[in-house]
Amino acid sequence: MTHLLEVRDLTIGLPQGADRPHAVDGISLHLDAGEILCIVGESGSGKSITANTIMGLLPRELPVLGGDILFEGERLLGLSAEALRSRRGRRMAMVFQEPMTALNPLMRVGDQIAEALAVHGRGGEARQKVPELLAAVNLPDPASIARMHPFRLSGGQRQRVMIAMALALEPALLIADEPTTALDVTTQMQILKLIREIQERRGMGVMFITHDFGVVAEIADRVAVMQYGRIVEQGPARDVLNAPQHPYTRALIAAVPHGRSTQGQAIRPAPVLEMKGVTKTYRRGGWFGAKVAVKAIHDADFVLNKGETLGLVGESGSGKSTLARCVVRLVEPEAGEILFHGEDLRPLSRQGWRPYRKRIQMVFQDPYASLNPRRKVGDAITEGPVAHGADPKEARRRAVELLELVKLDPSAIERYPHEFSGGQRQRIGLARALAMDPELLIADEPVSALDVSVQAQVLNLLAEIRQRLGLTLLFITHDLRVAAQICDRIAVMQRGAIVEQGPTASVFGAPRHGYTRALLDSIPGRSWTPPVSSELA
Amino acid sequence: MRIFWRNFSRNRGAVFGMVILVGVAMLALLAPVIFPGSPWDMVGAPFMPPGEMGLLLGSDSLGRDVAAGIAHGARVSLLVGAVSTAAALLIGVTLGAVAGYFGGIVDDLVMRFTEFFQTIPSFVLAILLVAIFTPTIGSIVFAIAIVSWPPVARVVRAEFLSLRSREFVQASEVLGKSRFSIVIGDILPNTLSPIVVLSSLMVASAILLESALSFLGLGDPNLMSWGFLIGSGRSVIRLAWWMSVFPGIAIFLTVLSLNLVGEGLSDALNPRLARNRGAKP
Amino acid sequence: MEVSKLPAYLAARLVKAAIVVLAIVICNFFLIHAAPGDPASIIAGQSGAADAKFLEQLRAQFGLDQPLYVQLWLYLKGVLTLDLGFSHRQQMPVSTLLWERLPATLLLTGSAFVFALVVGVSMGALAAKRVGTWWDSIITVLALVFYATPLFWVGLMLVLLFSVALEWLPSFGMASVGVELSGFQAALDVGRHLILPGLTLGLFYVAVYARLTRATMLEVADQDFVRTARAKGVPEGRIQRRHVLRNALLPIITFAGIQAGQVIGGSILVETVFAWPGIGRLAFDALLARDYQVLMGVFFCTSVMVVIFNLLTDLLYAIVDPRVEMAG
Repeated sequence: MTHLLEVRDLTIGLPQGADRPHAVDGISLHLDAGEILCIVGESGSGKSITANTIMGLLPRELPVLGGDILFEGERLLGLSAEALRSRRGRRMAMVFQEPMTALNPLMRVGDQIAEALAVHGRGGEARQKVPELLAAVNLPDPASIARMHPFRLSGGQRQRVMIAMALALEPALLIADEPTTALDVTTQMQILKLIREIQERRGMGVMFITHDFGVVAEIADRVAVMQYGRIVEQGPARDVLNAPQHPYTRALIAAVPHGRSTQGQAIRPAPVLEMKGVTKTYRRGGWFGAKVAVKAIHDADFVLNKGETLGLVGESGSGKSTLARCVVRLVEPEAGEILFHGEDLRPLSRQGWRPYRKRIQMVFQDPYASLNPRRKVGDAITEGPVAHGADPKEARRRAVELLELVKLDPSAIERYPHEFSGGQRQRIGLARALAMDPELLIADEPVSALDVSVQAQVLNLLAEIRQRLGLTLLFITHDLRVAAQICDRIAVMQRGAIVEQGPTASVFGAPRHGYTRALLDSIPGRSWTPPVSSELA
Repeated sequence: MRIFWRNFSRNRGAVFGMVILVGVAMLALLAPVIFPGSPWDMVGAPFMPPGEMGLLLGSDSLGRDVAAGIAHGARVSLLVGAVSTAAALLIGVTLGAVAGYFGGIVDDLVMRFTEFFQTIPSFVLAILLVAIFTPTIGSIVFAIAIVSWPPVARVVRAEFLSLRSREFVQASEVLGKSRFSIVIGDILPNTLSPIVVLSSLMVASAILLESALSFLGLGDPNLMSWGFLIGSGRSVIRLAWWMSVFPGIAIFLTVLSLNLVGEGLSDALNPRLARNRGAKP
Repeated sequence: MEVSKLPAYLAARLVKAAIVVLAIVICNFFLIHAAPGDPASIIAGQSGAADAKFLEQLRAQFGLDQPLYVQLWLYLKGVLTLDLGFSHRQQMPVSTLLWERLPATLLLTGSAFVFALVVGVSMGALAAKRVGTWWDSIITVLALVFYATPLFWVGLMLVLLFSVALEWLPSFGMASVGVELSGFQAALDVGRHLILPGLTLGLFYVAVYARLTRATMLEVADQDFVRTARAKGVPEGRIQRRHVLRNALLPIITFAGIQAGQVIGGSILVETVFAWPGIGRLAFDALLARDYQVLMGVFFCTSVMVVIFNLLTDLLYAIVDPRVEMAG
């Protein structure tokens, strides 16, 4: 029996000077009509390059060095550019990761879908088909959406438009390259369901690329795991997820945040930080025209006790980062009290704040933006204490200790940030915060920009250091699995307000608020419990 | 730094530009040695074509040596280019930094002010300024600086605005560093590359602007300059083409080399963008 | 943006434009007073017939003996009624002089602008499409060369080549002297006179637009939505036209607005070289005669031209880009 798509021994080169000779190294896989194949791997594993090769969208710098791609019985690699073009969009279609930039900002959404029809000679059907397609991806009021420009739509809506566009000519193969990675969990779940539903209805073959095993558990029929351009393991989803064979797959699955709380010790109520009715409103608008006021946070109340970790969870735009920034005065709220050991920090001046800088520190999200590229690691770690009057020599000695604490080589002190990987930079950021000997640490999505395996390492390190130094931690995350793993208590935020808070077990086990339930239901792969594997190094 | 030089020297245009620029600078430096005496002195018969009477580039309507004029003019061009750019940088960086760091109403006011200066026809304003304050090297530098700072302010403001919300700057705030040390230590060093690139282009346009002013007769009457040479050759172009051709080539080469160096700097400082400029290695 | 919102947008822009014009007038006023020496003698023009009695009369007329704010008020009132002062050299109101010269300048700058835009954008688009080929190299080098050449010198070289050596085209003026031409013939004659100055003024901006178009097209070509278009099977030519070029035009429109002032400044040089009877030539003559009233009139008039042009480009941008909202 011939497969819908078959890739045989595909090898793709990398430009000279790359870290390895081949982007994709002799991979073979197949996909049948009516099934979903997930390709899983961390960044740089070659999964996106494989997808782009099938579509004929590979940039010229990456040459195909060997192998074959058979699609509907035809060899794709031998086809002319024009022959490939006529198949793209008609027989095989693709959905991309970034819905915010994947649509032409100057064209109406309907016109962009109509263009897909028109370039394959079926422009005449556009009037009737465009609203049908938009309805098929569950967009409300298709006729008016078709007349809108992309900037009026949310990320989830744009991704639906992309899917509608991909489906316009009823392709036999749909390639989805991390289509939900840039979306919030609830939207992600809707899009996953949509893809599953459409795939079943039309009997398409879907190649779904992702880095998230939760998503795999949610959607895959079969799985192929990629590492450094090779497929290390492939097979039915159930087998790979529950009984991974290859060490890399095992390590990846072990690194998936498992949501089983490791905490559970009783916390004596000794408030370190108390937020009372904190409110922040952003005003936009120029000298002409109407002013717009957006309530980023309103009436946020929570208490953080000594030695405890409070998780602030919510989707993007829920105000969780803004609230965290209020605590360290990066954002100045217009109302409320921020009590640190009973002292209200909100009315303090920049100068009045200085003593508290030592006691409250922060770790940031983006490992590439959170370190000054022109400052050596040692200087980055020591500049805080030195600015507060510490002896530079002493601060440097302490920096070496801290680097050891975060498991980096002390020689790092003389190097620049660009010489380190993302995970290493996050450790440096942590060391910089710890150099001040803080008692309260705020961590703003500290692991969300990292690959899963690195994520697990940083989380373990954070838990260990917290334990060792007796830190109080305010942990901001959008990932409920991470929150469940590391936090003693959880506060759920939605549209600037805390809608529910309580001990982790009760918030997750018996959510009271509808939004919390929706969030929990949207955790990809929630019905799948990763197998407990041996200790991760 | 070593990587920077490697990237820079890989760009053949930039190296070519650098060589010419060094040549022009040498010419300016050595002008009193090669052509002793005043370039305003009569050294031969008027309207001598190039090569005759030992005058390499010919003589003008008053028998002055065109080559000597070009050599001495190089001093004025480079000086005006450098000083007015420095002055424009001072205004632009200060305003841009203030607008970008403080944001809000301060930003609004500074940017309206900048837009205003960008709207008014800069060359006309420069003419007006030099004419009213009488043409001297000081008023020329002042006028050029006044009309060329707005792009600097815009670039610096944009950089400050984006750097200010960068996490490493926020981290410095959280560490309790002073505003001054954040601006000087964290933000400013990271805006240097665009400022460096921009200033090489600004020197180029300042030289063009100065030559245009002196072409219109608004040069410092005591100083020989390239624009003045072309201006004085304009009415006799049918008679003595060399009077306007050679000073023009001098301006062209200098401005071209500055542009090439600017592009080389930009490529070397932002390797990410370099490939856009051409696929050649 | 939506067409229904355009009038409100236009109104907001008009208010802004009016503020800019007002600021220019105030700027002009303070320039007179910042200048070294007696403002009256500047108004009179230094080499003019500036006897003591005449200066006294000027002082009274402009209220120069009154407080500064009264003078400013008088000055503003004058400008708002389009009274830009009187040129004692030419014995004519400045506004009359400007009105007479405006059409010639508009013709020159307009044709140079259209020429630069059409040729520059096509060259840039071609270079971007053939990036890395010899087409690209030639266009890039040409752009670099014209970008680095002083306008007035290009003019002189063109005169040397086409008027002096080849004798193909006239080198000065706007029309042939001493011949009576009518209708089409006259237009043709003006056209022949326009070629060299138009080319001179245009070439520099051809270089500017070619460089800008090439850079933005290459930038846009890297964006995600272009990949989307490719993935849905849009042919390459259509991708370049409908997706890449259309988006690349946005920064070009913005830039054209910013450049407007430069083009008008350049026209002073070109009109000087070719004795083109426009505002630029007027400015040059005023410069020689130290007729500051006229110079300030030129400054005011060219500024207003730029403001109006910016208004047009803002409007065009708002029509092309749906994302423009009512921002201040």
